[in-house]
Amino acid sequence: MVDIHHINKSYKDVRALHNVSLSVEKSELFGLIGPDGAGKTSLFRILTSLLLADSGQATVDGLDVVKDYKELRTRIGYMPGRFSLYQDLSVEENLDFFATIFNTTVEENYRLIAPIYSQIEPFKKRRAGKLSGGMKQKLALSCALIHKPTVLFLDEPTTGVDPVSRKEFWEILRQLKAEGITIVVSTPYMDEAVLCDRIALILHGEILSIDTPQQFVAQFPKKLYKAEADNNFRLLEKLRKNPAVESVYMFGEQLHVTLIENGELRMENEVRLEEILPTVEDCFIQLMNQ
Amino acid sequence: MKPVIETNNLTKCFGAFTAVDHISFSVEKGEIFGFLGANGAGKTTAMRMLCGLSKPTAGKGLVAGYNIAKQSEQVKQNIGYMSQKFSLYEDLKVWENMQLYAGIYGVSRHAIGPKIDETLSRLGLMHEKNTLVKELPLGWKQKLAFSVAIFHEPQIVFLDEPTGGVDPITRRQFWELIYEAAERGITIFVTTHYMDEAEYCNRISIMVDGRIDALDSPRNLREQFQAQTMDEVFRKLARKATRIES
Repeated sequence: MVDIHHINKSYKDVRALHNVSLSVEKSELFGLIGPDGAGKTSLFRILTSLLLADSGQATVDGLDVVKDYKELRTRIGYMPGRFSLYQDLSVEENLDFFATIFNTTVEENYRLIAPIYSQIEPFKKRRAGKLSGGMKQKLALSCALIHKPTVLFLDEPTTGVDPVSRKEFWEILRQLKAEGITIVVSTPYMDEAVLCDRIALILHGEILSIDTPQQFVAQFPKKLYKAEADNNFRLLEKLRKNPAVESVYMFGEQLHVTLIENGELRMENEVRLEEILPTVEDCFIQLMNQ
Repeated sequence: MKPVIETNNLTKCFGAFTAVDHISFSVEKGEIFGFLGANGAGKTTAMRMLCGLSKPTAGKGLVAGYNIAKQSEQVKQNIGYMSQKFSLYEDLKVWENMQLYAGIYGVSRHAIGPKIDETLSRLGLMHEKNTLVKELPLGWKQKLAFSVAIFHEPQIVFLDEPTGGVDPITRRQFWELIYEAAERGITIFVTTHYMDEAEYCNRISIMVDGRIDALDSPRNLREQFQAQTMDEVFRKLARKATRIES
């Protein structure tokens, strides 16, 4: 449903995207995972025909993002990172407006948006600018869906949203996927990676790797240990100086440690050491260090 | 040891609405304390009171030994503050930002110059001394913003969602700065939406509908709520909320 071949994009002397290629299958929930400035938004804007790449090609639902942009825009839904609805229009006016410009009505596709829109419907007379963050997000998603797009592009939909609303949002994405909609979603949060079918890790405009979250974890090339002590910061400093240690990073209340080839870690009693399965975040760090 | 933050039934009402409802807790010197809650739970209102920016309706709070209701100016002088949204002036150079904040917090003129150099060397940013802040990568800005927030050696620094948006390595470098400051005895008070960020804290409080419904170390909270992750703990608690998000 989405095919990207060797896309490059620079802004003056800043390289935003470098030789990006990937493809997304129909009804796939595909995650673009990377920090601010990695190039996620540039890629979304190219795929939604709002920005021209310097070189490379991309098609979405079989349509070229440059040549077929008019047709493309009727088939895709896009929820930008920044709230871009009309703040001075009410909730229902915004939804009506987007339905109208896509030549449809709210009634026609109500079923699709019902699970989301019903949560904000009690506030339908309220101006969009007066909604809370979680409600704005639901309205923006409803507006992006009202014309029943085949592909949905969501740029950091959960940034600044609390854990309860985030969880709800990902459940909604699962439902939309079950409806056959292809979803490309970006996030800076590694813990959301496991909720996607496949993910691309992106940094400094380059794709580091693409795979299922399970494969990322399975392919982690080292044994990974967690280490804990009463004072992890001092333990961290100690492990940094240990010649057997290849890498050591803080992970919340724990430290994650990998050892050099044949390295052995002898630890004092107060240190708890245990082999663990890596997370996607461990994989990201490992790829960054390569 | 005397706590650095101590509240007793601290309350804030706006008309008939009780935004913060009798919260009592204390934070020790050098502790990294996470202050969590869903949107609208009352975190921001509580933090504004602790920073001396808003007067409590009832109850008592001591921050850095000063009464937040009666000695708000002394409170402000003894705390640092950093937010992801705003912390540094983009159109000022690195050293100008540092000098500005140091001056505002009353660091002596003679001490400022050498301390700017010392801080920048420690961060490995000496070569960026004359760079405009807007030209720095986000990760460097965050490190600089934190260093500026503790430049005047406050007893406590308040961090409002400090580490969003950076790559995993940069983020960990930032937390190492925080741990280092805590080792030096600076108390760290962090608000965040992100539970993986919360796991770096020594203790966490979770606000629901204006009250503190849970307060313990991440490990103990996970045990208490029989949850695998802090995310799960948070959701179990937040589900009890009756306030309508508005």
